[in-house]
Parts: sequence; C-alpha cells; structure tokens
Amino acid sequence: MSSVPASAFLALALILFCIGLYGALTKRNTVIVLISIELMLNAVNINLVTFSKYGMAPSITGQIFALFAISVAAAEAAVGLAILISLYRARKTVNIDEMDTMKN
Amino acid sequence: MTISGEFLAFMGLALVAIIGGVLLLNLTKVVHMVVSLIFTFVAIAGIYVVLSAEFVAAVQILIYSGAITIIMLFGIMLTKHNDEHEPKTGKWRKILVFIGIVGFAFAVYLGIYDFNIEQVPTTLHENNTMQIGKALYSKYIIPFELTSVLLLVALVGSIILAKNEKKEADDK
Repeated sequence: MSSVPASAFLALALILFCIGLYGALTKRNTVIVLISIELMLNAVNINLVTFSKYGMAPSITGQIFALFAISVAAAEAAVGLAILISLYRARKTVNIDEMDTMKN
Repeated sequence: MTISGEFLAFMGLALVAIIGGVLLLNLTKVVHMVVSLIFTFVAIAGIYVVLSAEFVAAVQILIYSGAITIIMLFGIMLTKHNDEHEPKTGKWRKILVFIGIVGFAFAVYLGIYDFNIEQVPTTLHENNTMQIGKALYSKYIIPFELTSVLLLVALVGSIILAKNEKKEADDK
C-alpha cells in the first residue's frame, strides 16, 4: 500500500530526537537549549502521527494527540522565554553554566 | 521497495530536516542556529503531509515556523547574543554526552528497525480537518477545554514573570 516503511519514519524521529538531546545537553545559550527541547517534542509528534497511520488500529487519535502536544509546547516556550527574560534582567547573563544559584 | 513519488518526497524531506538539525549543532552564531531550525520545522510539516495529516502540517507551519521561531528570535535579540567564544570546560563533557546519546540511539534503533506490522488501509486523508474537528468536539472535548485553561494560565504567568522589573522601578 505504501512504499515507505513505518520504521523509516520512526528512524527519522529518532535521529531528530538525538540531535535535540545533544543540543539540549551541550549548548551553553539558554535560548538554544529551549529550542532544542522544542525539536525533541517535534520528534515525538512525528512518532504520534506515524502510529496514527501505520499503527495496529489506525485512527485520528494520534493526530489529535500531536495537536495537544503542539499547544502544550507553545505554552512551555512562552513561559520559558519569560523566565529567561526576567533571569537576564537579574543576572545579566544567558549562559546556562552561570545559572547555578540554587546549587549552594 | 520501488522508487515512488512518496519515497522520493520522504527522502528529500528527511534530508532537509536532518541537515537543519546538524546545522543547529555546528553553527556558531545563535541567530543562524534558529534560522537553520526553520528548515527542520518546515520539512517536518512536509513529513506530516506524507503521513496524510494535512491539518497537523498546517498547524506545524503556523505555530513552529511562525510563532515559536519568532518568539525565540525575540528572546535572542532581547538578551546578549553576540558572544561566540568557545566554552572553557566542554570537551570531555561533549564526548561523554555524545557516547551516551549514540548508545541510546543504538538501543532504540534495535527496537524499531524491523518494526513491521501489516498496514491497514485508512481513510485519514479524506476530509482530514473534518475528522479532527468531529473527534475534537465530541470525544476529546474535556482535554480541549483544559488546553484553553492551560494556555490562559501560561499567558498570565508569562506576563507576570516578564513585567516584574518595571513595577519595582515605579516604586522607587
């Protein structure tokens, strides 16, 4: 029926998730860390939409869950940016290594 | 496996998505990283079209390539964004993280590489938006309303977090 196997979509989602994870763990700018987390959420959305078409019982539910995940991700990005802006006003840095006030 | 239009579309879009992600990791300027990620988001929207999810593709372009990228660019512009110096103590941590992620990817890939359940013909591509609307307003009405509450809370919360400074300045 389809020439692209489902595992190809899952492998693409895996690669994007790993890129996002590596960026979130190694980058030093907080904005880039936030956007890497968005990339990881996107990879998960690809998985949801893939299983809504190629799963055991294909239905529209996977796409609806992807929509919910997108709206929650948008809310998370807005709150994260607001925290970042107020932190930048207080500390004058966006470097994630220097945000260690709760450490000691 | 025959070379069909769907296969070519998938390969091209996947290539663009992965190249965007690799550029995100390798570029030095922060603004360039965000612009490279726009390619990834648009390519993922194309992947959704291949997976017969047209409405999710439209939402992806509107929210990710439009709203979230612009809000991240605002975040970069409002903060300090022109320091490009290399991190002092990063090398060993990067190598360790890379090894860990390769191990994770290998473990997950073992689980999915021969994922092969029989494909059932679907009707997802006919009237996709209408199907989503019907399900969203009948079966998933309570999560839908809860999402609106969540968005309201996020809106109020981010405004309060971001305007704190001005009030203190007024008090002085």
